[in-house]
Amino acid sequence: MKLTVNGKEVGLDRSLLVRELLADRKVKMPEMVSVELNGRILRRSEFDTTALNDGDTVEFLYFMGGGRATHRTTD
Amino acid sequence: MPLTEQQIERYSRHIILQQVGGAGQEKLLASRVLIVGAGGLGAPAALYLAAAGVGTIGLLDGDEVDLTNLQRQIIHHTDDVGRRKVDSAAEKMRAINPDVSVRTYDVWARAENLREIVKEYDFVIDGVDNFPGKFLINDACYFERIPFCHAGILQFEGQLMTVLPGRTSCYRCLFPSAPPPGAVPSCGQAGVLGVLPGVIGSLQATEAIKCLLGIGDLLTDTLLTYSALTMEFRKVRVSRNPDCALCGPNATITTLVDEGDVACDEKGCRC
Repeated sequence: MKLTVNGKEVGLDRSLLVRELLADRKVKMPEMVSVELNGRILRRSEFDTTALNDGDTVEFLYFMGGGRATHRTTD
Repeated sequence: MPLTEQQIERYSRHIILQQVGGAGQEKLLASRVLIVGAGGLGAPAALYLAAAGVGTIGLLDGDEVDLTNLQRQIIHHTDDVGRRKVDSAAEKMRAINPDVSVRTYDVWARAENLREIVKEYDFVIDGVDNFPGKFLINDACYFERIPFCHAGILQFEGQLMTVLPGRTSCYRCLFPSAPPPGAVPSCGQAGVLGVLPGVIGSLQATEAIKCLLGIGDLLTDTLLTYSALTMEFRKVRVSRNPDCALCGPNATITTLVDEGDVACDEKGCRC
């Protein structure tokens, strides 16, 4: 299945939960990320219950302060 | 107030713009913008808004200039190390443009002072470096219905969004609450490219001027993200969140409260 994650197409072998996608995308500190799925901001509790479907559009929106560290993927 | 001959000359490159003109310049001179945080984001915003002839500019920051600030906070010079940030910044703004009245607030933004201050202004720029401060600005501007522009920066990336409180998505629509304190390592570990807040703070100043003049399309219901490494700008549509505890239909936040310490408490941290 294919998703669009932060504007880029991502292929997955199987459906993942949002929480699993965060791990798959190597988001080190998921508590620093809001997730928008098809235009809707998910509640944090939905990360563990929401499965992604083919064609979904996902945005990871990062908490950004000033010059402070937060999280960040390695890519 | 009609423009003087000297003002017509000073602002001629604005006045010649059809969307600004003499009337627009007079409007800017009669406008008031508050910049919260005289640091990386606030520096370019303050300099450009002063140069543009925004008549009243408030600067709020309770910090002093540190040597590690100078790599990006271009309103402060080497000789300013140790001075109050608001004094250092106000001096440069007055030097750029004596038309501008600069009001300084040498305090940290807190629940007990921010509403009273923001309501004196037409637009607010969020140039703070910490999450409790960002929520405080968002909430104070919501309660007083003052438009503002949020921004954040991190390493090589930045983001911004303009909020028309009660009408467009607010910061809490995206980020319902501050991250747990333990999740935020010190700024020394993260770093930031010095020019990055220059880019993002200048965009905030652009939004302020557009909003004051009522021209163009504001960056509302949209988070603009920027990567200095890839030179990509992306606009992410963000709708109002029906779950938003501040501006949603079942709001639970009804007064301004502090979400934590607004000053960085990391030992030796200079963010």
